[in-house]
Amino acid sequence: MFTELNSILNTSPDSYTRGEFILVSDRQSDASFLIHHFLSFYLRARCKVCFLGLAQSFCHYSAVSQRLAKEKGQLVFFEGLKECLSVLTPKENNVESEAMNFLRDPPVGLRSLYEFVRSSVIGSDNMEEGAEQWGPSVLLVDDLSVLLSLGVDVGAVLDFSHYCRALVCSQVQGNMVMLVRCNGEEDDDDDGDIGSDVLLKGLTHQCNLNLHVQGLPTGYCKDIHGQMEVCWKRRQGDAPHMQKNLFQYKVYDKGASFFARGTSSAVL
Amino acid sequence: MAAPVNSVCKTSADRLQVNCTSFQKKTRSKLISIPGTRPSVQNGQLLVSTGVTSLDYLLGGGLAVGTVLLIEEDRFDSYSRMILKYFLAEGVVCRHELFVATAQDNPDEILQELPAPILDDVAVPKPVEQPRLTGEPQDILDAMKIAWRYQNLPKVQSALASSSRFGHYYDVSKTMEVEIRQAAKCHRFYLPDHITPSSSYSALLKSLQEVIHREGFDLATPMSKSRNILRVGLHSLGSALWGDDLCCHDKPRHSHALTTFLYGLRALLRSSLSVAVVTLPSHLIQDRALMGNITRLCDNAIALESFKGSERETNPLYKDYHGLLYVRQVPHLNCLARQLPDHKDLAFKLKRKQFTIELLQCQTAAPSAQRRIIISPSGIITSLSFAQFYFHLW
Repeated sequence: MFTELNSILNTSPDSYTRGEFILVSDRQSDASFLIHHFLSFYLRARCKVCFLGLAQSFCHYSAVSQRLAKEKGQLVFFEGLKECLSVLTPKENNVESEAMNFLRDPPVGLRSLYEFVRSSVIGSDNMEEGAEQWGPSVLLVDDLSVLLSLGVDVGAVLDFSHYCRALVCSQVQGNMVMLVRCNGEEDDDDDGDIGSDVLLKGLTHQCNLNLHVQGLPTGYCKDIHGQMEVCWKRRQGDAPHMQKNLFQYKVYDKGASFFARGTSSAVL
Repeated sequence: MAAPVNSVCKTSADRLQVNCTSFQKKTRSKLISIPGTRPSVQNGQLLVSTGVTSLDYLLGGGLAVGTVLLIEEDRFDSYSRMILKYFLAEGVVCRHELFVATAQDNPDEILQELPAPILDDVAVPKPVEQPRLTGEPQDILDAMKIAWRYQNLPKVQSALASSSRFGHYYDVSKTMEVEIRQAAKCHRFYLPDHITPSSSYSALLKSLQEVIHREGFDLATPMSKSRNILRVGLHSLGSALWGDDLCCHDKPRHSHALTTFLYGLRALLRSSLSVAVVTLPSHLIQDRALMGNITRLCDNAIALESFKGSERETNPLYKDYHGLLYVRQVPHLNCLARQLPDHKDLAFKLKRKQFTIELLQCQTAAPSAQRRIIISPSGIITSLSFAQFYFHLW
């Protein structure tokens, strides 16, 4: 958990807005360090977390966070890498998890994956006695662009995110954090990467808070790893109100520091 | 996860079901060491050498076990093939097992072209290792006269001596001797031999998984056996010979076949003691966004651009080098920060005994300059001389 980011977003594990959809996006950069922040944030806030780890193995996340789900039942982790092998290289006596069905037949869509999310978010209400009561459910996805690389249609991914948002944010009043990664320049007229750009635009429209990570416009720098744009969408009265802030950041081994533009410790 | 040496994981009761490496911490005095590997000084990852010491340095000490190195081929596939051969040769010298998959040339051709190692302490198996049969004529010239008590000891150095070194040097003007090469176990996948109704990538993935299970590279296998590393070399993935139309069309129909394969490859590698080097003819792929997706699904990625055949070959500014090297991606494994390279303007040169990668340095035009100045192609000057100088911006 990055304390500077908490103060930027004006949240803390004790007080945070519920029912929010936070979109973490990046363009030609890597915003996965923010996923680690939100993971430890919601675990510390004693929420019940459902984590779809599609990009990396479980050990990667646990090695970074180091205290991961010590209490039983707080974290439901779906390891995409492990589940995909049973679908990609099927064996006779294999017990397949249904959730990665889309690998075999991409047009099928992400319904099975949604069922998995639903069962872990809703199913937790029917707990046995003696189990601890956790806070609201939180869904974390790292990352959605992997689904596009695996052949899933953009429309299917948007549907999936909409279903999850309806389930997690509206029905259960929990939070949802998703990571989307883009390639290519923003103004590129090339129709090379329509998929992830369309996905990014669609999700930006749906989200409440967007953290967009990019490289520095002036080029590569070893001390400042990039810039992060924080964009809130709030409703004040009748009209939606958008507020944007720009920060620069540097990622360390176990954390990250954020600072206003031009105030990096390497410069001052 | 790429296998860390010091396991951060506690006992299995604390964890969800996961296949983690069970390398123990030194305090438990059950340190398992595999020849040809060493732990990283930065984050404790288990590293193997790529065979090229300057590339090891660029990647942060070596290639982490469980990861993929993507090499974007140069135009004629000469230097990327060379790096693949270095990688496989290093595996032979360290007694790792090899898995070579090609669609174009037979894997045996690549294996026959491996460069010869330069060292004296590489164990070369000789026939005298076998116990002598009683009917064999004794070689009188070999008989020791003074140290006769040592006559019957094996003449070859023990394997431990050769594997204590991390990274070796190779002489590219000679090929590796047959005895050394045949001492290493090699699995081959030659695409024309595998005609299946499913796509060639899934056949390759199945074959690789089968080798990993059969030979015991899975992390789930109990630790009592001695462990080894599997080095996977995949040549020219994404070319049309693999049944893909990525290189043929602007908008390929099955653009996700290769990316699905790379995802499955990552899954296999993270759960076993293997490391992969994949070469890809990226200059044939028009879609830059697709290259971005492919790069993100690999952990390390470098691109080679050779000067052969271009006007830079005769350009006096580049006369010391054979090509440029770009570091497209470095991973962050089990931690947040990446080991970013200091400089991004790198060039390489293939000498007979070494493949060097260094910061691009150019001679100044004015002969009166007392010292070289180091300029990156973006025009940033990092050291100055006091004499008059001219510099070119390009």
